Amino acid sequence: MEAFTSLTAIAVPVDLPNVDTDQIIPARFLGRAREEQAPAMFHDMRRAPDGNLRPDFPLNQAGFAGAGIIVAGRNFACGSSRENAVTVMVDNGFRAFIAPSFGDIFFNNCFQNGALPIMLPEARVAELRSELHARPGARITVDLAAQTVTGPDGKIDRFEIDSFRKDCLLRGVDSVTLTLSHEGEIAAFEARQKEEVSWL
Amino acid sequence: MAQPSLTMFEKIWRRHVVVDRPDGYTLLYIDRHLMHDGSAGSFARLRARGLSLRRPDRSFATPDHYVATGGRGLGAIEDSHHRGIVAAMADNHARYGFTVFDIGDERQGIAHVVGPEQGITQPGLTLVCGDSHTSTHGALGALAFGIGSSEVVHVMATQSLWQRKPKAMRIAVEGNLGFGVTAKDVILAIIARIGAGGAIGHVVEYAGSAIRSLSIEGRLTLCNMSIEAGGRAGMVAPDDTTFAYLHGRAFAPKGAAWDKALAYWRNVPSDEGAVFDKEVTLDAAAIAPMVTWGTSPEDAVPITARIPDPNSAPDALKREGMERALAYMGLQPGTPLEDVQVDRVFIGSCTNSRIEDLRSAAAVVRGRKAVVPSWAVAGSGVVKRQAEAEGLDLIFREAGFEWREPGCSMCVGMNGDTGKPGQRIASTSNRNFVGRQGQGVRTHLVSPAMAAAAAVTGRFTDVRKLASA
Repeated sequence: MEAFTSLTAIAVPVDLPNVDTDQIIPARFLGRAREEQAPAMFHDMRRAPDGNLRPDFPLNQAGFAGAGIIVAGRNFACGSSRENAVTVMVDNGFRAFIAPSFGDIFFNNCFQNGALPIMLPEARVAELRSELHARPGARITVDLAAQTVTGPDGKIDRFEIDSFRKDCLLRGVDSVTLTLSHEGEIAAFEARQKEEVSWL
Repeated sequence: MAQPSLTMFEKIWRRHVVVDRPDGYTLLYIDRHLMHDGSAGSFARLRARGLSLRRPDRSFATPDHYVATGGRGLGAIEDSHHRGIVAAMADNHARYGFTVFDIGDERQGIAHVVGPEQGITQPGLTLVCGDSHTSTHGALGALAFGIGSSEVVHVMATQSLWQRKPKAMRIAVEGNLGFGVTAKDVILAIIARIGAGGAIGHVVEYAGSAIRSLSIEGRLTLCNMSIEAGGRAGMVAPDDTTFAYLHGRAFAPKGAAWDKALAYWRNVPSDEGAVFDKEVTLDAAAIAPMVTWGTSPEDAVPITARIPDPNSAPDALKREGMERALAYMGLQPGTPLEDVQVDRVFIGSCTNSRIEDLRSAAAVVRGRKAVVPSWAVAGSGVVKRQAEAEGLDLIFREAGFEWREPGCSMCVGMNGDTGKPGQRIASTSNRNFVGRQGQGVRTHLVSPAMAAAAAVTGRFTDVRKLASA
């Protein structure tokens, strides 16, 4: 897993609340290899049913080309557990997501893929989105070690992150390696449980 | 010293702690892991890392997302890539030795139907699956939640997961449900009330007299859609209804083990005086049969209502969202819901494909004809056989329904069971997201009885007018 330390990138606004993971990658693309999924990101939000790009969707606008951060509405990436919602955005160059709240499963999935979900107050996220609309191509800086987001207006917001998740991201390790070092505790738990819930 | 009062969730959590880190992260032991055809990729990653399946005896699998429902067996799956995904289950079973209910086995079905049906899901245990609707299993008093495919690999290798403890929320529904009102209507009313993000970060315990009087099938429907309110999990306290349901099921304990388990299970419910971080109460009598009008499960209103007007939205963002949803759904504000015509009907999914769901739909369909293309898709081979033994398949077939093979089918359309652009579908599934049932398809979430009413009238119809109980 690639480490995440800091990132300065063009940020793109996705305004609607409750953008579900079916919007981020529709189900019909899930059965394909990861390499083939990249063009499916936000497919039906980006494209009309005839396949043409919708010009009003920010991701289709030249000013946001090369963006690496998404600033979204509340409950971003709710719904289906499909981890492809994270990987398809990572494979399109997005490593950080800023929203007032996230779907819980998506939030957890980010950390397994070197991506950082950041929760900021709803008013500030709305302010960031309107700035990005006003100045397409504006950049946001995310500093994980300092736990700060610097907006295009220069304003710095601090965000919270669990030290466990932060440490894994900074080092670029996923949790399996760490957990295997707890083999002794897992085995001891299983021995205890064998008595307590012997029918399982 | 007096023991503190604990919630059911807190009790189960505490019993499964393997490691507690000072930063608030817990390595939580996972008692049972359910897998489906979509887990094939996680097995490949497990192998690539040189890891093995730690507890095959705690791992259960059944294909559901990619299986065909128009015929049985691998040969019925048209897409060769999808066929490969389903076929991988037998290969992985041969290699790792977990319990499998594979395609062709009568016990095959939707993972969240099969788990409870086989007695794999039990009170007090932790259960995960790489699918967001794993919250379903909380209906029996388990702590059950959906995870992503990397966490699936983690559970395969270590039988545990790193978790930050969620908060606890109690949603009480008090009183008696009216005639024609089901668990599906209750959960849609709850989501309409608290919003699609209303339970984010929380494990929800459903309580109150209306919940206690629900059957296990009803509780499964209720807990299934906890995720649609953003909940990490949903639970109902195990009681005699739960124990009666589990008794005699294949993977439930037997004999002396049953007695030991029962004593354990009786201690699972929340203690009196347990404190929740958030509490919501609904009046059961005020809940009507519900229909969604928009593209989020929170867009649910009683069948007696009209399509809402975006001008009534509290703010500009909400108004724009409503306008987009109505444009996608092809609906005009102010239209009575009962005037909205449907093109298709789907009865099935992990939300509503159990025997009671099929009975309730069949009761409405009996002696009538479907006037639009309609499908009934049982949640498992066991449900299907039971329904056929009761003659429900004949009722559906005589009404012109297609009686199909078990799987996720049109809930998610990954197997190709999708609608056509612009079609309006009355669906007993769980998500009315844009494109969920196919690109451009308009999904309205309803109960099985309401779906049946739509099938025989061709529009949304208050089932209370049709049913003569």
